[in-house]
Amino acid sequence: MFHVHKNYGAKKALANITLDIPKNELLFISGPSGAGKTTLLKLLYLGEKVSEGQVLIEGINLSRISHKRIPFLRRKFGIIFQDYKLIASKTVFDNVAIVLEAIGKKRRFIEKKVKSILRTVGMEESLNSLPPSLSGGEQQRIAVARAVVGDPKIILADEPTGNLDEVSADIILELLKRFHTRGATVIIATHDKELIRKTGGRVIHLNQGYLQKITNT
Amino acid sequence: MILNYKRAVQDILDHRFLNAVTIITIAISILIVSAFALFFVNANEIINSWKKGIKIMAYLKTEPPEIKIPELKRKIQRIEGIQEVRFISKNEAFQELKKQMRRQSSLFENLKENPLPDAFEIRLKASFQNQKKVETLATRLESLPQVDEVEYGQRWLGKFTSFFNLFRLTGYAMGGLFFMAALLIVANTIRLVLYSRRDEVEIMRLVGATDSFIKAPFYIEGLIQGAFGGIIGLAALFVGFLLISLSMEQGISPGLFAIRFLSPGAFCGIILGSTFAGWIGCYLSLKQFLE
Repeated sequence: MFHVHKNYGAKKALANITLDIPKNELLFISGPSGAGKTTLLKLLYLGEKVSEGQVLIEGINLSRISHKRIPFLRRKFGIIFQDYKLIASKTVFDNVAIVLEAIGKKRRFIEKKVKSILRTVGMEESLNSLPPSLSGGEQQRIAVARAVVGDPKIILADEPTGNLDEVSADIILELLKRFHTRGATVIIATHDKELIRKTGGRVIHLNQGYLQKITNT
Repeated sequence: MILNYKRAVQDILDHRFLNAVTIITIAISILIVSAFALFFVNANEIINSWKKGIKIMAYLKTEPPEIKIPELKRKIQRIEGIQEVRFISKNEAFQELKKQMRRQSSLFENLKENPLPDAFEIRLKASFQNQKKVETLATRLESLPQVDEVEYGQRWLGKFTSFFNLFRLTGYAMGGLFFMAALLIVANTIRLVLYSRRDEVEIMRLVGATDSFIKAPFYIEGLIQGAFGGIIGLAALFVGFLLISLSMEQGISPGLFAIRFLSPGAFCGIILGSTFAGWIGCYLSLKQFLE
């Protein structure tokens, strides 16, 4: 990221952010509500466009990417949201399989891969359940499974434990660490200092859209 | 592709009521449009058959000058556009009239003499069977000194054709309006479905689904709605057609008109049209929604 600014009308969401994230890093973006954590993540997967500055991912300038190429860029990412964003009317299997269907994988491969990833997150028993019938922690595990099923290079997690109890939060964190050790770059936006302390890594501190400091824990 | 079909069918099943309403509305629109088409096809055929049978009756004067029939017949036959001339004597005409009015025979008993004139029945060549040419011929025949009066059905047929053409224009306009209505209804239904699934669409976009992957099942849904609406509308029309043709056979005009159903070409055209309406309705709402 080079001198990135993001404005929503007159409101400044991010101001002059310059940041380099190497491959396979486990990085935290920290700060209070309204600091610009979610906006920063959105700029990475082109959920929003920068107002000024440049964002480069593997050498690709996101300001110059065509509308048609955006889905292909997004396949580099696995995204986890605080509110899980699961499709309530689809089964757990279908919620995870949608990623592979969208990239045109064969049915047999999808079945094998989805079952395997659900086993990894400990949710293979809930294959045919609908998300509303699961607990928050279980739903977030499904969201993690969906985020990693396509073997993304970068995992973005926006307050992944924000709605969870401590036990569920630890499970999610362990899963994220496991995928990080397998080679993915993991970027977690959180205001939970305890979570950062437990995990360790580089921390970007944001406040009111400005990069305050970078620390290592 | 199979996956897209499965997704489309699943969508239809998930939104049964919405889809049923759309299909029924398209069916009603198609029923109205194709009922107009059916009427025009049959009315056109009847008018054409009437036009083919156009004949001019030239009634001769009863008073002198002395009429030499064979000479007059030759004279008429020489006029351009005339195919056949037949002389009907006043006695022949009277006998024919009596035959036709057998039930009212008492009317003729009190007649002291035959009131009918001698006449020529004149049939025209096919190329002369239009209003202007018939009128010119009639004027020419009327100018003959032996001819008292000329009569032909084209007068009222011409008026009827003009009225029919106006009616046809109204039909086209109504057809267009119903097509537009079907189109907007499909667009609206797909939009409602899209709104009810906007979270799903957003998630699909976030996981890297292309626009075509997202749109495909909706397009299939629109095509299915259009095709089913067309088939149901035409099926309803066919039932109506059977009932009407049955009542015509048993009713007051047996054998007068043989009405027929739409040709296979028109049938396929209407279904293709309604399928296209489904597709274009879908296209409109997807364009707006995904932008």
